[in-house]
Amino acid sequence: MSGSAKLCKHKAIEIHQKLWEVRLFELRAAELYREGHLPGFIHLSLGQEACAVGACLALEEKDFITSTHRGHGHCLAKGADPRFMMAELAGKHEGYSKGRGGSMHIADVSKGVLGANGIVGQSAPLACGAALTAQVKNTGQAALAFFGEGASGSGPVHEAMNIAAIWKLPVIFFCEVNRYAELSPYSVHVPIERLSERSKSYGFDGFTVDGSNVKAVYNAVSSARQKIRSGGGPVLIEAKTHRWHGHYEGDPMHYLDDKDRDSSQRMDPVVMFEAACALELGINTEELSKSKENAITLIDDAVSFALGLGAAPTSVISEDVYA
Amino acid sequence: MKKNRQPALKYYSAVTRALSEEMRRDENVILIGEDVGPSGGIFAQTKGLHAEFGPSRVRDTPIAEAGFTSLAVGAAMTGLRPIVEVGFEDFLTACMDPIVNQGAKLRYMLGGQVRVPVTLYTFGSGGLSAGPQHSQSLAAWFAHVPGVKVIQPSSARDALGLLKSSVRDDNFVICLLCKSLIGSKELAPSATEDFLIPIGQAEVKKSGSDVTIIALGAMVKRALAAADILKTDGIDAEVIDPRTISPLDMTTILKSVSKTNTLIVVHEAMSPCGIGAEIVARVCETSPSVLRSAPVRITPPFAPSPFAPNLEADYLPSVEKIVMKAKLMLEDRR
Ligand SMILES: Cc1ncc(C[n+]2csc(CCOP(=O)(O)OP(=O)(O)O)c2C)c(N)n1
Repeated sequence: MSGSAKLCKHKAIEIHQKLWEVRLFELRAAELYREGHLPGFIHLSLGQEACAVGACLALEEKDFITSTHRGHGHCLAKGADPRFMMAELAGKHEGYSKGRGGSMHIADVSKGVLGANGIVGQSAPLACGAALTAQVKNTGQAALAFFGEGASGSGPVHEAMNIAAIWKLPVIFFCEVNRYAELSPYSVHVPIERLSERSKSYGFDGFTVDGSNVKAVYNAVSSARQKIRSGGGPVLIEAKTHRWHGHYEGDPMHYLDDKDRDSSQRMDPVVMFEAACALELGINTEELSKSKENAITLIDDAVSFALGLGAAPTSVISEDVYA
Repeated sequence: MKKNRQPALKYYSAVTRALSEEMRRDENVILIGEDVGPSGGIFAQTKGLHAEFGPSRVRDTPIAEAGFTSLAVGAAMTGLRPIVEVGFEDFLTACMDPIVNQGAKLRYMLGGQVRVPVTLYTFGSGGLSAGPQHSQSLAAWFAHVPGVKVIQPSSARDALGLLKSSVRDDNFVICLLCKSLIGSKELAPSATEDFLIPIGQAEVKKSGSDVTIIALGAMVKRALAAADILKTDGIDAEVIDPRTISPLDMTTILKSVSKTNTLIVVHEAMSPCGIGAEIVARVCETSPSVLRSAPVRITPPFAPSPFAPNLEADYLPSVEKIVMKAKLMLEDRR
């Protein structure tokens, strides 16, 4: 696709730190979950970091995102505070949802994060709604909907794409194709090889990118954002990626095919980007270690913060039911 | 020493057994839903069915609840007897039209020309810190719809017997299973027994003379535990599990209330316009003078189900709350 802005060094370092924030947040969450510190169930996006980070860092700060049950990376990348996120995962009052939502319902509206969501498919029409606000109020904002190939077969996603096309909404449909939806492979959910081809039938552009390559994702979303800025309608971006962990933590993954079971075959988006930083952008190892260190500090702090908190007061149960 | 033990039946494997027995019995029975196929389901509830009955009769669907539920209605009108799995009860909201406007009404609207034998089962209710979109109890929504039957098994045996009856029923039956009971087990009916529980029949789980406690789903166990505690205080509680929510077995309920002259209803759904409200209303309509103290509903507050374990524990009806309310009621009467 054309118009791919060359990544500047500053942005690259920002991306590098975010990749590590997302990676470390989820590795720690997996550990805390195993140790029994996080109740309920959690869905991790390990292996998919380049999607969240590349997409969110190509957006403007004022833009909106809507997310899914697998949303930690999206929220972090768009600027949510890992301390309040981890507090929410632990069910604490200081968490983003006051301990009432958990992993699947993290939002930071001040950063444009309109929420992770436990209902598959709803991220797309919700993002269209945010895009409608931007259009009606002429704010210049855009909205990006994260969803998976599983969600792509749901009615709400198709309806959203059709409405967005007709109304020329400033929305980016960002489909993370991570090869499985819950316990079944891509082929159970999508009969064509490239989901992005569907955009044509709705009447807008679609592209397929390597979702392990954060530069490719960043460039694709940057161009889509550029197109929206100049009044173009929606764009569909399909990012081919891999989900390393189970659908939920603790999932025995009996359904994996042999290729996906072999972790030596995996592309690690973080390692891949570090190599590119050194080779193409002249970023030295010292600079890379520094941004990684920053990420480690942030996530360590988030974990100590969350674990140091007391239980949420029961008074929050009945708060915020109505405005 | 070897004991000759009868095998245990787990709640989730009761689902598997019910489905496989009915699929063996009738080749028109098919199973569709998300991950019901080779993976065997998220709770292993459909394990082995794809291997035994093949890809034509056991089908993984894409994530399209509205589409595949309506498709099941169409198939049911034309000769199949589909079983539909919707993973979580909360997602029934994604297929309301197929249930409420299609499955429930087509027979009526088409002059009785068709039957719609669909069994839709789903895992609902709370207790697992699953948060507001994965913990709901929506029985009342469907009990409000003529043409739909609603069942809620509170034990493995009930899951087996009621699900088998649903598959044989010629109507749209919604089976609301309780996630918190998935691993619970009971003595299994013998493997050769065609174990059926009729739809529309309540069960007196414990008989008693002082207070009637009607409990639904996972609350049945709590009501029974409360009854044990009440007994030590000299209060003899009767615990009833309606098992079928629509149509309600009012005969069993009224018989109990006439004996105890009291009524407590416990459920995980909220009070307003709920099943508790319905039971209280029907008791008052039929036997206006039978209650000697105000009826009591024990339910969560009018708020979504919160995620944090301490919040959810406070939110759901507890054994202690049932004991306390029952005592209070009987004290008031004295
Ligand atoms: C309406 C609805 N149906 C079903 C589910 C259960 N469910 C949760 S995640 C999931 C798979 C989603 O797959 P995909 O969209 O590809 O996202 P991924 O999990 O791969 O990130 C399913 C079926 C749900 N949450 N909501």
